[in-house]
Amino acid sequence: MQSSMAAGLGRGLKIVVPVIFGYLPVGFAYGVLAEKSGLCLFNAVAMSVMVYAGSAQLIGTGLIAGGAGAAALIFTTFVVNLRHLLMSAALAPRLAAWKKWQVALFAAELTDETFALHSLRLTADTPKAETFAINLFAQAAWVLGSLAGFLAGGQMTQIRPIGLDYALPAMFIALLAPQVMKPLYLAMAVCAAALSVTLVLLGFGRAHVIIATIVCATCGAGFEAWINRRSS
Amino acid sequence: MDQSQIFLAICGMAVVTCLPRILPALLLSGRRLSPWIARWLSFVPATVLAALLAPALLCPEHKLALSFDNIFLLAAIPTFAAAFFLKNFFVTVAVGMALVALARYFV
Repeated sequence: MQSSMAAGLGRGLKIVVPVIFGYLPVGFAYGVLAEKSGLCLFNAVAMSVMVYAGSAQLIGTGLIAGGAGAAALIFTTFVVNLRHLLMSAALAPRLAAWKKWQVALFAAELTDETFALHSLRLTADTPKAETFAINLFAQAAWVLGSLAGFLAGGQMTQIRPIGLDYALPAMFIALLAPQVMKPLYLAMAVCAAALSVTLVLLGFGRAHVIIATIVCATCGAGFEAWINRRSS
Repeated sequence: MDQSQIFLAICGMAVVTCLPRILPALLLSGRRLSPWIARWLSFVPATVLAALLAPALLCPEHKLALSFDNIFLLAAIPTFAAAFFLKNFFVTVAVGMALVALARYFV
């Protein structure tokens, strides 16, 4: 039993190595920005342990630095992380035989990258030690990267020369590109971008993301239903 | 916000992040999401990411900035190309940051 557990951990580590090499530097970028936004060490690391969501954390440091309140912070996080609903729903059938607490523990650590790994490998008889090892090592890398970034941030006077302030836009681009491979999704993304920018320029600089998302996701779903009905 | 208020906000962020991650996996095992909700949700990633990204590229100071001085906008073009062709999340982020760093160094 002991040795099969260790073997599972080892296999999990091997699978998750590419994600670790990504989470260390991006976590580092978050840590530096957290330090520059005035978070204390405890809060900076607590966010990586408790929230564990790269884009939400990077947006969060920006909001805190900009003097936003807790409500804006929590609401923005909710909208940005709503996409996990889909990933969780997609994996649900494969977790049907698991105990409830195991499902909860597993799903709490779902990210874009670990979802991509699990969706390729998870079946009814994948060893659980391996599955949990993937999640655990990925988050450990994220937390370690954050901690290192925070400590380094204290020594850094400038973040602009290394392009750290572009970490978040670049991350959005990397997440967005695979989502807009289908024409209708691309069209709706362009609409959401245009609507979001228009709202910002008109001075609705707080609600622009949620309004643009709800309007354009609803239009997209409506269009798709309409197209399906016409072609069937 | 002071640090204890920030911590409370982080607790709130943790709750609203955890619930969408956990609830479908717990509640949907064996069942499927209603097709309408699934279809609506499938549009959320593309639209929310575009809505977040566009203002950072096009109007960083809340004013339209369509010029060659706008490094963020210029760097977005090769970064999108990298995302499209390399299909690697972390390489894409690194390309974007490196381009902005280089542009600032040389311009």
